[in-house]
Amino acid sequence: MPADVSKRNEESFVHMQGVTKHYGGVVALDGVDIDIMPGEAVCLAGENGSGKSTLIKILAGVEQPTSGSLKIGQNTQSPLDPRTSAAAGVMVIYQDFSLFPNLTVAENIAFASELGNGTRLASKSRNLQLAKAALQKIDVDIPVHARVESLPVAHKQLVAICRALASNARLIIMDEPTTALTEREVTSLLGIIRRLKEDGIAVLFVSHKLAEVLEVCETVLVLRNGKLVAEGPAGDFDAASLTRHMTGRDVPQTPPSAMSEAATDLLKVNGLHKKGAFKDINFTLRGGEVLGISGLLGSGRTSLAKALFGLVRPDSGSVTLSGTPVRLGDPLAATQAGIGYVPEDRLTEGLFLTQSIVRNVAVGRLDAHANKGILNLTSLTAEATEWLKRLTVKAPDVEAAVKSLSGGNQQRVALARWLSRAPQVLILNGPSVGVDVGSKSDIHTIIRELAEQGIGIIVISDDLPELLSVSHRILVMKNGQLVDEIASGTVDERELTHRLAS
Amino acid sequence: MKSVFNKQFWTRNETLVAVVIILFCLIASASDPRFLSATTLTDLLRASIVLGIFAIGAMLVLISGGIDVSFTAIAVFAMYVATVLTLGTIPSLPWYLIFTLSILIGAALGALNGLFIARFGLPTLIVTLGTLSLFRGFLLTFVGSERISKLPPGMRDFSRSMLARGTTESGNFYALPLAFAALVFVVVLTWFILHKTMLGRSIFAIGGSEESARRIGINVRATQFFVYVYVGALAGLAGIIHGSLGRMADPFSLVGLELSVIAAVVLGGARLTGGYGTVSGTLLGVALIVLVQNSLIVIGIPSTWQSVAIGLLILIGTGLPAWQAKRAAEQAA
Repeated sequence: MPADVSKRNEESFVHMQGVTKHYGGVVALDGVDIDIMPGEAVCLAGENGSGKSTLIKILAGVEQPTSGSLKIGQNTQSPLDPRTSAAAGVMVIYQDFSLFPNLTVAENIAFASELGNGTRLASKSRNLQLAKAALQKIDVDIPVHARVESLPVAHKQLVAICRALASNARLIIMDEPTTALTEREVTSLLGIIRRLKEDGIAVLFVSHKLAEVLEVCETVLVLRNGKLVAEGPAGDFDAASLTRHMTGRDVPQTPPSAMSEAATDLLKVNGLHKKGAFKDINFTLRGGEVLGISGLLGSGRTSLAKALFGLVRPDSGSVTLSGTPVRLGDPLAATQAGIGYVPEDRLTEGLFLTQSIVRNVAVGRLDAHANKGILNLTSLTAEATEWLKRLTVKAPDVEAAVKSLSGGNQQRVALARWLSRAPQVLILNGPSVGVDVGSKSDIHTIIRELAEQGIGIIVISDDLPELLSVSHRILVMKNGQLVDEIASGTVDERELTHRLAS
Repeated sequence: MKSVFNKQFWTRNETLVAVVIILFCLIASASDPRFLSATTLTDLLRASIVLGIFAIGAMLVLISGGIDVSFTAIAVFAMYVATVLTLGTIPSLPWYLIFTLSILIGAALGALNGLFIARFGLPTLIVTLGTLSLFRGFLLTFVGSERISKLPPGMRDFSRSMLARGTTESGNFYALPLAFAALVFVVVLTWFILHKTMLGRSIFAIGGSEESARRIGINVRATQFFVYVYVGALAGLAGIIHGSLGRMADPFSLVGLELSVIAAVVLGGARLTGGYGTVSGTLLGVALIVLVQNSLIVIGIPSTWQSVAIGLLILIGTGLPAWQAKRAAEQAA
């Protein structure tokens, strides 16, 4: 379709041709051609390391392509720098939103635009005006005087979108926009994207969790190892085909294997109650069972998980493990009883980021390898290395800092630490948050294998396909209470979404 | 002050500090009726000039996400060098030119801090700990270590200029030196910069998130550089005022005061993690520290208890809001 191509070229907002980027000897992008039309929503899918971030950086003017041409708006700017890119209307909303937690919503929205205008004096009334106009454009109501730190995640994202709008965005690039959102928030985000498109603003979603945004997109682009491996109308793709293109292999979605009838009760939770967080929680986890817990953000699911591990002290109730009571509100007691907890935010709560991979695993086993206070480093390191191998952590060097690993590998390191302690119960909060599709499926396999060895596993997640594929039972939490129990295989994703939201 | 019934209002440091100040004054005037007098007031205001200018500077650094402990060394360096230079060249220089000289020296030393911090990206505490020692050592080794009590006449003239003076009904003298106007000027100027200019808003933004500031195009380096130069200039001003009011250029003075200053700022609600701080809070913090340092004796507590009182105030005054915030976060989780 040569005629079609040339027409796109003329009218497109972004026209990228043969863009290649080398970092030293590594090819991050390899001859990529991309067109984005005004008002078009495009999905850019790819696993970690596929070249997505490099592409964003080139569009934002942070990095210059090694070769190839790039046109944004009317002029062929070269080389593009962050200022010219922003002036042309390219706005990137990073995964962390890059907001100022200490400033008000109004000021956050107006800041970039005021800087762009070159004004020297700050004006609260102008900030308010800009902020209200931007909020009105997407028809949302957020208190403009509130400090951003006090907002929930979904609102922070909206503030970031408004900031882009206030700076006259023509193309909004959203990096992993749905990772931190619940299903309902994703739905409302999609509504806002539709409005933006009506105003002629193009949107580029960059993510490895794209099935959710597929319905508002016209075009899908898939990157793998720096190459554009698939391109076409969004209607031609579904979750499975996206995954296939991204990973280059089929990732099967298998339901969990049936539990053995002989499984005994392992963890008993009785009348657990904490004011303002959760109330009257009763459930039993059997050995070898994977129990899913889901609920919207704020339903108390994270508090409950923390309470089981002793990080939050419940007001009343009891937890027993194989008949023995576990002291509440004491993570050390929980650990000694054989409960492990892998937190949702492994970056701030779970791992020592600047410490080496092997140390991050070994730290869980210091007692076992100490003799009268003297550590046997050889056996400690050997054991940790063995666990890393078992969980196939891909790292060139076990002495490298954990932060150098991809999300999936980091999660494996966090798992390895707990597994080396041979826990009886493992609580996984958001086990695949920020993990790419291939690694996610590997982590699910690990969860299944662990359950087959008789470990009781609690998976807390709002990734419904994940819950459906690993858990034997799913408990639904709402306003701090368990409101529903669903057995594996009896519902599909749509039904589960409905029961969560209702 | 949106509403007195607002829950946030009562958990703010500023409110807490204000309440403590009022309580202190009530107890003090109950145990000594002479406490509430123009004499006490001007004495306290006088004592808060140098501390106040320092605190405003320290607050600016805290808001930008850094910490500066070198400002007392800058102050004493600028004051002493300006005095020695004036005496050695034109002793009859009017006070405002001597002040300008001291401010410029302070700004230059601040620029050195700024160079290390903004240009080379070194940690602020380490840089300023280094320069604190460096400036002080340089002063004592190469410039002089003698106390100079024969100041240039200009400085003496300044110390005699008063904004207000008189005698109370009970026959006590009171006097508010001109130097107090310098504090007022610094307060107004800093408030204007912080709240009415993009530069000031950028200082808040950098304190909130340096990475985000860089991403939206704030010139982080230039802003940080400005902060340290400005704080240096304020230190130069505070130093020369200290020398003039005390009628002595003492190279051993001031250094050691930096922690009290930072304590005052933190009591006023600025956070060591950056991004938060108000001029009003800082002034309240200064007022409380000055009260404790000067009037503890009035309410019957021996002055040796000063440090204990200040320590308790910091622990309770900043610990309580922090503990409340932590509890609120736990509830929300």
